[in-house]
Amino acid sequence: MGEVKFFFGPNHPGMHGNFSVHMYVEGDTVVRAKPVPGFLHRGFEKLMERRLWYQNLALVPRICVPEPDINEMCYAMGIEKLAGVEVPERAQWIRMIILELARIANHFMSFAGIGGPLGLYTGPFWGVADRDKILDIFESLTGARIYHMYIVPGGVRKDMPPKIQDMILKTLEYIESRLDDYDNIIFKNRIVHTRLKGIALLDRNTALEMGVTGIGIRATGVPYDIRKIDPYLFYDKVEFEVPVATEGDAYSRLRLKFLEIPQSIKIIKQALEKMPEGKVNVPISEGNALRFRVPKGQVYVHVEATRGEYGYFIVSDGGEKPYRVTIRGASYPQTLYGIEKYLPGTRIEDVPIWLDTMGICSPEVDR
Amino acid sequence: MKKNTTAEKDFFAPIKAWKFLFKKPVTIKVPYVKREAAERYRGFHINDWEKCIGCGTCAKICPTDAIKMEEIREIPQKYGEKPQRPVIDYGRCSFCAMCVDICTTGSLKMTREYVHISKDPEDFIFIPTEKGIHGIENVPIGWTRDENSDLLELERVEMEMLQGSERVKSFIEYVKGYSKEQAMHEAARCVECAICTDRCPEHMQIPEYIKSIWKDDLNEALRWLMKGKESENYFGANPFSGVCGRVCTHKCEEACSLNNRGEAIAIRWLKRYIVDNIPEEDYGKILDIKPSPKNKKVAIVGSGPAGLSAAYFLATMGYEVDVYESLGKPGGVMRYGIPSYRLPDEILDKDIAFIQALGVKIFVGVAVGKDIKFEELKEKYDAVFVSTGFSLGRSTGIPGTEHPDVVQALPLLREIRDYLRNGGAKPKVPKSLVVIGGGNVAMDVARSIARLQMQEYGKVDVKVTSLERNYEEMPADMEEIEEGLEEGVKFYPGWGPIKVKVENDKVIGVELKKCVQVFDENGKFSPQFNENEKTFLNGEMVVEAIGQAPDYSYLPEDIKNKIEFIRGRLLTNEYRQTSIKWLFAGGDIVNGPDIIHGVADGYWAARGIDEYLSQKKEG
Repeated sequence: MGEVKFFFGPNHPGMHGNFSVHMYVEGDTVVRAKPVPGFLHRGFEKLMERRLWYQNLALVPRICVPEPDINEMCYAMGIEKLAGVEVPERAQWIRMIILELARIANHFMSFAGIGGPLGLYTGPFWGVADRDKILDIFESLTGARIYHMYIVPGGVRKDMPPKIQDMILKTLEYIESRLDDYDNIIFKNRIVHTRLKGIALLDRNTALEMGVTGIGIRATGVPYDIRKIDPYLFYDKVEFEVPVATEGDAYSRLRLKFLEIPQSIKIIKQALEKMPEGKVNVPISEGNALRFRVPKGQVYVHVEATRGEYGYFIVSDGGEKPYRVTIRGASYPQTLYGIEKYLPGTRIEDVPIWLDTMGICSPEVDR
Repeated sequence: MKKNTTAEKDFFAPIKAWKFLFKKPVTIKVPYVKREAAERYRGFHINDWEKCIGCGTCAKICPTDAIKMEEIREIPQKYGEKPQRPVIDYGRCSFCAMCVDICTTGSLKMTREYVHISKDPEDFIFIPTEKGIHGIENVPIGWTRDENSDLLELERVEMEMLQGSERVKSFIEYVKGYSKEQAMHEAARCVECAICTDRCPEHMQIPEYIKSIWKDDLNEALRWLMKGKESENYFGANPFSGVCGRVCTHKCEEACSLNNRGEAIAIRWLKRYIVDNIPEEDYGKILDIKPSPKNKKVAIVGSGPAGLSAAYFLATMGYEVDVYESLGKPGGVMRYGIPSYRLPDEILDKDIAFIQALGVKIFVGVAVGKDIKFEELKEKYDAVFVSTGFSLGRSTGIPGTEHPDVVQALPLLREIRDYLRNGGAKPKVPKSLVVIGGGNVAMDVARSIARLQMQEYGKVDVKVTSLERNYEEMPADMEEIEEGLEEGVKFYPGWGPIKVKVENDKVIGVELKKCVQVFDENGKFSPQFNENEKTFLNGEMVVEAIGQAPDYSYLPEDIKNKIEFIRGRLLTNEYRQTSIKWLFAGGDIVNGPDIIHGVADGYWAARGIDEYLSQKKEG
């Protein structure tokens, strides 16, 4: 029997976003696989060159739907570094809270995402519903559930509303109470063990060679986390651990995501305690937002996204628009390289498992 | 974590799962349960039309081009407003609320609504009003701007100037002008709504030259000032940019959209910054005006702002222009009316020098009607433009005004300026002075005499009295009043003069009665007095500054009979053409109460003359 070619995605319950993998299979086994990005290509990076610095604040969160705040953070951080602006302390703590909440929400989405290909639908229901609790917080804090457009150069757009701290703490308490349930339904589940353990293996050397970061590299025993190795915001002022595994398979990657949730909760609680009163932003440029200018220069800033290292390389010619913005999406190495290299030899049904546990976010690739 | 190990699940796990049956679900039954959005939710838009001025700043900041400005016919034309309102296209809107945060009036807000269902796609493009997309009263408000999210800088960059106690000691210009950094910062506040352009009588291209400052391109800025829209016959150009950068009545700033929530852009000072920072000798190269000669000659009577502006625009068109001025120097009211602490001679000279550099000839000390007959102008030139201004003073006519120590404002100001430029005798400096009038001319007199008093006697005793009952009612600019106060001038608003009291042939002051009303309910000037409430202001000299009058003595009777006058002013068409085809008029004697109106008159008259002479040629 010869090879059969078929398309996985862009529309498929197991596909993570508008992305496609062209697979050549023999029987159930993938012989070759080719990533086909571009279904969501908006040309984010090029669009940014044609928009005012401030207008890009509405564009950048769309580069990654499940984790928009990472983009806001990188963009703002880059501009602040170019302008030499010191962000008020309160704003930095608020940013940390947002980023960690987004991390939890994203991990929940990942649990949901793995449910489809495994046929374990309780996972998606729970994951999406509990993620919504965090989106409720975002709605109260930022005014929007998905695209927050809240982290801006110089700080955050508004101060925290009253009673939001209670809301956050209650939600965290709820999430903590749910962790055992998740442990039971996902991690002590025979289906999950059978389908994930030893699947979509990635060894340390290859991961390093491919530039895999985040969970992908940490699952091979490398404790690489930007929050620890190059702390931004106040990550060096809070206590937390970076869970690491050595197996490098899909199960350990999913497990690491789960283990990161209590760590994020720990960070948020500390941030809420340590956060002082005060200003939440400072002007970084003279005049109004239409005349916002960033000093000449170039900068690379990076933060730890749920999928790994997320970086922005920003070049400013001192004008009203960015001269160039290039984004290092964490998904890129693990998806485009990984698909071609690692999917051959696996079974068809393991393809979405690779995509989910490695954490692909297609717009980030299609930037 | 070994491969394929069986999950270590609790023996009781299946039983435990039953607990979920009794838990409250996290989902809600839509539409039976209504979910309230968060307080700062970014839902649909609402716009308070009463507050909105149609500036379009929301559309400019919109990252997705979801906002367009649409002309609304029902909205009345008002200064400081555009008859436009934002239209939102929800097919494009990213719900970022930057439009709300940058709104210059605070009229835009977002609601807490998040559901809008319609089969008609057109329903998703709408002009928000206070009732929002669903047309309901009391829409739940969501995202509103606060001081943290505000995207405008509301405070203007402060202008450095001498303190009142210092500046009253001399006639030195007291406003220092912006530095480069200050000017660029101030320019960065502009939202380019161009409401100022609509308001400016000359329609100067204000946002454009402000943007050039922000870009640090002063040459480009000067081209905007002096050439306006070159492709549209210099529309919006102002040859008196140096002068207007100092003494313009700056209606533009009153109209500035930032005025609604903060301080208007310092448009006047920014204009001054451009002119001050470009040497006169560079003008020619930067502006590069190369007119094509038209072999036609135009005479201009009067070298005030209207006359010289007309000369400038005509010269750029290629006409040969001769200007006749009866006084010793050109400039009219700019030279002889406005005190040098507000407008130094060298600034005016700089503006006039460039006009002359274009080939305009100015004949000073030549009074039309005396030194040269008006009829001769008709014979020698293809068209004539008159702009002789309001050169005569007006008197209250109360008893005592015939005394030589009761003088008119304009001649006195002329005397002071001539004296200061070493061109005339020293004017009488009274130890105490009463100025009657509440306009800018009254302020000029009061502040000039205050300076002379300070130099002569070391103290100020100037009293200004006016019918207007408070500073807001007075026609003078508020800054003139405030600065006068700082310089020691005392104000007595709300009094009408009865008589100038003279004792032993010397003026000793003015008797006044209480003014209870200046304008009637229709806004017409109709002063009413309380005859029982009187007061007296002592002063050994009195200046009447209650308005000026035109002097048409240079016009022959037959011309006067052919042209139409309305309340002392000449009637012209939009191109400042009188009923005599070759005679054009502008400035105070037509409609311009200030310099910028004069410049506008000069511009439109030049366009009118060009059109008239072109047709004449064709004919």
